[in-house]
Amino acid sequence: MLIGSGRSKQFLNVVDRPIGKGKNEVSLSAFAFLFSELVQYCQTRVDNVAELERKLESSGFGIGLRMLELLCHREKGNRRETRLLGILSFVHSTVWKALFGKVADSLEKSTEHEDEYMISEKELLVNRFISVPKDMGAFNCGAFVAGIVQGVLESAGFPARVTAHFVPVEGQPRPRTTLLIKFSEEVVERDRQLGG
Amino acid sequence: MAPPARPGDAAYANIEKVNAELFTLTYGAVVRQLLTDLEDINEVNKQLDTMGYNIGIRLIDEFLAKANISRCTDFKETADVIAKVGLKMFLGVTGTVANWNQDNTECSLILDDNPLVDFVELPETCQGLLYCNILCGVIRGALEMVSMKTEARFVRDVLRGDEAYEIRLKLLEHLPEVLPYKDDD
Repeated sequence: MLIGSGRSKQFLNVVDRPIGKGKNEVSLSAFAFLFSELVQYCQTRVDNVAELERKLESSGFGIGLRMLELLCHREKGNRRETRLLGILSFVHSTVWKALFGKVADSLEKSTEHEDEYMISEKELLVNRFISVPKDMGAFNCGAFVAGIVQGVLESAGFPARVTAHFVPVEGQPRPRTTLLIKFSEEVVERDRQLGG
Repeated sequence: MAPPARPGDAAYANIEKVNAELFTLTYGAVVRQLLTDLEDINEVNKQLDTMGYNIGIRLIDEFLAKANISRCTDFKETADVIAKVGLKMFLGVTGTVANWNQDNTECSLILDDNPLVDFVELPETCQGLLYCNILCGVIRGALEMVSMKTEARFVRDVLRGDEAYEIRLKLLEHLPEVLPYKDDD
């Protein structure tokens, strides 16, 4: 087949195409509808809330892998962070900006555990239109975003366990979502050896 | 001089938006999940269509509320509104309508590009996959809510080597308007 000059983009192999600036947009409702279908579909394949969270996390995980690759290529000239705080701030600012158009509301270190960090968001995009039924307890659709973060961290060489939790905020009707990041032992150990 | 405003532009400008890559990758995650769970490509196609249908029956409300369009007088106008306003409002792209049959009950919606497929390449094992099949479901669901029973299916797909995405849309019947409840209930 002859490749037309005007529409060559579509015929190029996916890796030969320009990568784009990531500035395109679609409607928020298109995303919200799609995400709601994902959650509803996942619900039909699991038996309990914990499994549902795992399933959403695993959906997000694949996005995290791809985001790391995409952003390192686009924003950082194919370099990636090698230090713990570097990768955390990469997630908190670069990844968040790309996905949600803003940096995350906060990034904190746990005061009790050395290997734990928290990224919090007052109104996480995926939870915008979600109200959790009473019988589903502490279920948080942020599990999907937790999965994304875990995917980014793990493929960057920082294996961690990331979970999403609702945290009530004084004076606010809706709780914020906190992603709790617990790094594997070897990650913390390695970072310590690299020194400050 | 600015180009003349197209009918979907105002609707698109007025709604809240998110980054298209988040949307694209999330859709990819959905398709991957279905491929892993269902294992059979035809089942995946079917499930995508069902998800689209579920979206369509809800999405039409927002569309009618925000698109600022008047009632369509015939199916021709409906198809045009889908291509120019509907697709634009939700996905930020517009399509063209072509290939009408003689009775004006069947046409093609043609898209050069759509945000679902960025970064996508179908591997050998997924050749029968109708990657964007969710769109067919959305259109079918949305039209059913405005009393049109339709059939929508992909006939061309860039991911499978065609020049454009083409959805063949067929009007099966106008459904009579039925009240959801009776007065004496």
